[in-house]
Amino acid sequence: MESAVGVLNYMVFFAITAGIYAILCLGLNIQWGYTGLFNIGIAGFYAVGAYTSALLSGPPPGPLDWRTFGGFQLPFPVGVLGAIFISGIIAAFIGFLTLRLKEDYLAIATIGIAEVIRLILKNESWLTNSVWGMKHIPSPLYQPIQRGISGFITAHPDLSFWIRGLISNAYNWFYLAIILAILGTLYWVSERSIRSPWGRVLRAIREDETVVAAAGKNVFQFKMQSFILGAMIMGMAGSLYAHYAKFIDANSFEPLYGTFLIWVMLIAGGSGNSKGAILGAFVIWGIWAGTDFMSGYLALSATRVASLRVIAIAVLLELVLLLRPQGLLGEEKVVSKMMGK
Amino acid sequence: MKIEVLSRIPQLVIYGIISGSIITLGAIGLSLTYGILNFANFAHGDIMALGAFLGLISLALLRSLGIPQTPFGPLSFGPPMILAILMAMIFTGGVAIFIDRILYRQMRRTARITLLIASVGVAFGLRNIIQFIWGPLPQYYFKGIQLARKVPLIGVKIKPDQIFIIGFAALLVAILHLFLQKTKTGKAMRAASDNMELARVSGINTEKVILWTWAIGTALAAGAGILAGIENKFITPSLGWEMLLPIFAAVILGGIGSPYGAMVGGMIIGLSEEISTAFISTAYKPGVAFVIMIAVLLIKPRGLFGVK
Repeated sequence: MESAVGVLNYMVFFAITAGIYAILCLGLNIQWGYTGLFNIGIAGFYAVGAYTSALLSGPPPGPLDWRTFGGFQLPFPVGVLGAIFISGIIAAFIGFLTLRLKEDYLAIATIGIAEVIRLILKNESWLTNSVWGMKHIPSPLYQPIQRGISGFITAHPDLSFWIRGLISNAYNWFYLAIILAILGTLYWVSERSIRSPWGRVLRAIREDETVVAAAGKNVFQFKMQSFILGAMIMGMAGSLYAHYAKFIDANSFEPLYGTFLIWVMLIAGGSGNSKGAILGAFVIWGIWAGTDFMSGYLALSATRVASLRVIAIAVLLELVLLLRPQGLLGEEKVVSKMMGK
Repeated sequence: MKIEVLSRIPQLVIYGIISGSIITLGAIGLSLTYGILNFANFAHGDIMALGAFLGLISLALLRSLGIPQTPFGPLSFGPPMILAILMAMIFTGGVAIFIDRILYRQMRRTARITLLIASVGVAFGLRNIIQFIWGPLPQYYFKGIQLARKVPLIGVKIKPDQIFIIGFAALLVAILHLFLQKTKTGKAMRAASDNMELARVSGINTEKVILWTWAIGTALAAGAGILAGIENKFITPSLGWEMLLPIFAAVILGGIGSPYGAMVGGMIIGLSEEISTAFISTAYKPGVAFVIMIAVLLIKPRGLFGVK
């Protein structure tokens, strides 16, 4: 029974992380899956969201910190909204520059902005505390819930060991509920929007933007809206990550974790399909976390195992592209109720 | 203060030319594949790293064969290094053609943008294959520190190895120029870069052109990777990723698909990055490349010599 509690508690932790990835995937799905906008700087928006939230909601700089700015201790929702807002502004800047040009320019510019953001995280210690990272980012309602838990446990000393194990983990259950509620809302919004006239224009732009322009639509504006909306969702995911992890530094947003895995998730799950985006996040994160367990059985150093896992994920991506480019769940061709199947 | 900054500029120009030579070699390869295969190859930086590490294998191989290692005059390396560069260029070209056959070729008929995603996968795959074999720590081609020498009259310092880097890059660029202008294949490549469909209907074997493009573009990248290794004194698996932004900036500045634009673009990026260190932190060198890129996108998105 004890080990079952351990597994269950791990599953909650797993689901929180996979849920945050699923949110990132929904953001990318709006940009890439719906509109065909190639963003390979996801890590940049993700990081900006996390740091914005840390600066707005976190504690002021401590005596051992290098940073001299931020720490306004604002409530959790303000942190999340701030993260959404700032990621949106950066997306608007990049979009304004590149969305009138051929699609590769956007891709290159997103690499560039992600790289510049990474440099800022590492070097501007007054803002980001550089390599020391942002510490003690508060988790919403953490104190009251923990107090409740310890109160309950002391009031019920006769609880069996495994129930106590389950209850002490209650905060994670609470955070999982927040993540799932947000994920559910975003899923609903994203499904509603692709079924709306707005969503149909996005899909038409992806297929042939000249035709859309000829039909009198302002292609640039639709692309901007899609790109900014996607980036805002990515920034929100960053904020949710920061409030859960409590500590962030530049290494949390390396291109591997911040960009590459998310692409593999969306492509494997099925781009253009919100269910696919979520499924892909859970499946690929399952494979990724699962292979971490295996590493103990291999007679290789930790860095070698890490490389091996990335190689395996990269091969998986290429195989999906070659053999099943539509992913696990393909895109639904007809999403309008008005049209026959 | 002002005078002090200005007096550093001539030296920074020298550094800029060195780093510009390396960026140029990387950018030409990227611009060629971009122009002819019509997709931005995000694995190009990691191909450079692959070249640098294949150079390391070649060097070990040549040393074990007992090729004399006496350095050339003031340089810190001898014949094996030069041979190793050439071997690595050939091997890297081979690997690129192999990847094209098993992967990119299958995707050419489907959506063009699929190639972009595939190349991101190749980038992470290659980098981690390198890291799996050699680990994340720096590797060295040769030991020892070389002292910079003062150039008479101008008063700047330069190392003999750095003169080699500039000379070797210039030689490769000159060979490429002759190849593109004088040979049939080179002319076919330029035609294909201008208009693939037109090239095909005028009887050019476009599959052959694609093979040559991969071979030449990635061989130049390999050369750039090794020269970067000589300049930095060491190579790491992330060498290519760190060069990706300057290289793309050079390609965009020069104009996508124009190898000559890439030369100019590479030099401008190299010079700007180095000269910027007189005014801002060296950590922001890639940021300078990004700012130039943004400026080009704003003012002249087709670049200096762009046609497309």
